[in-house]
Amino acid sequence: MEVQDTKSTLQVTPRNEEKIKKIWKTAGILLVITLSEFVMAFTMERGILLYAVFIILTVWKAKYIMMEFMHLGDEAKPLFYAIIVPLIFLIWLVITLIKEASDIFVMRW
Amino acid sequence: MSAHSTTIEVSSKRGVWGGGNEPLKASYGKLMMWFFLLSDIFTFAAFLITYLAIRVSYPAYGGAAETFTGSNEYWPVPELVFEALPFLHGVHAPLIFVGIMTFVLIASSVTMVLAVEAGHRNDRGDVVKWMLWTLLGGITFLSCQAWEWSHFIHGTEAGSLLTYVNGLGQNVTETVFGANLMVNEYGPGSFAQLFFFITGFHGFHVTIGVFLLFLCFYQAAVGIYDKRGHYEMVEKIGLYWHFVDLVWVFVFTLFYLI
Repeated sequence: MEVQDTKSTLQVTPRNEEKIKKIWKTAGILLVITLSEFVMAFTMERGILLYAVFIILTVWKAKYIMMEFMHLGDEAKPLFYAIIVPLIFLIWLVITLIKEASDIFVMRW
Repeated sequence: MSAHSTTIEVSSKRGVWGGGNEPLKASYGKLMMWFFLLSDIFTFAAFLITYLAIRVSYPAYGGAAETFTGSNEYWPVPELVFEALPFLHGVHAPLIFVGIMTFVLIASSVTMVLAVEAGHRNDRGDVVKWMLWTLLGGITFLSCQAWEWSHFIHGTEAGSLLTYVNGLGQNVTETVFGANLMVNEYGPGSFAQLFFFITGFHGFHVTIGVFLLFLCFYQAAVGIYDKRGHYEMVEKIGLYWHFVDLVWVFVFTLFYLI
């Protein structure tokens, strides 16, 4: 393998400051959401409301990571739906298993 | 140019899905990475939803947080299990360490996007710089997790008095320290089992990710991507690395917040 030739033949384009600014903005949003989750864990009373808030905030963070960091939003529409649509089945799985688990809870205690 | 126009005519007759074009407008490698990640999302989702279901099937600790003691009768309060810091023995710092871990992983995801952005511009210097930061973040996260596991396994000084069925099928009552796959001082046996299995499987993904990041960093640094003519590998490994971050966001919520 030859690695002596370190001169790039590719055209280097200058930094797109607007794009980079958007990346740091997304990072800031993720940080703020995580910090507010942190604060809520200590200040709010544990219960269904708090857990629901946590799950909504988590899905919101996941949306930012997938759309902004993984650029899924910029992909062709068929690819976007090929990834997103199958995930709908997970909602069913969550509901079914939580229902089942609460029945187990009632039988066990 | 007549041959050229003929090809276009044929493909337009076939329609978008008739072949001869790229309806998804993504390279083979990127497409396969996305579908691999989709299957991995289902794997992790199955694990995490199992955690949620087992968590719901146990009663939560009902008393005041200050008087919490571990028991296999109820699920533990996470901020009272994960409350230690390295080098600061005996300091009560609930969720601080895991908060730092989360921050490190999100930060390494940010530097990864910056590397991908630099790759789009064929800017080798920037790619190498941001890949190095990402690599550093990945290694830091893994080291933190190693400490976290070690602390979880060794447990607290006080331990917890538990009654449980041991490996020989006997009913025993004794003070348990730390955690293993059979019994743990924090909560029901499945609490530690799920913790080891899910954070372990995630840590395994991070380990593979660190290896890939190093490969990518090295190949970018020696100019292989310049020779190849594009920096798509940075993008593909970036997708994997963001996925690892994505999973951690869910692990963090389920294990440490709920």
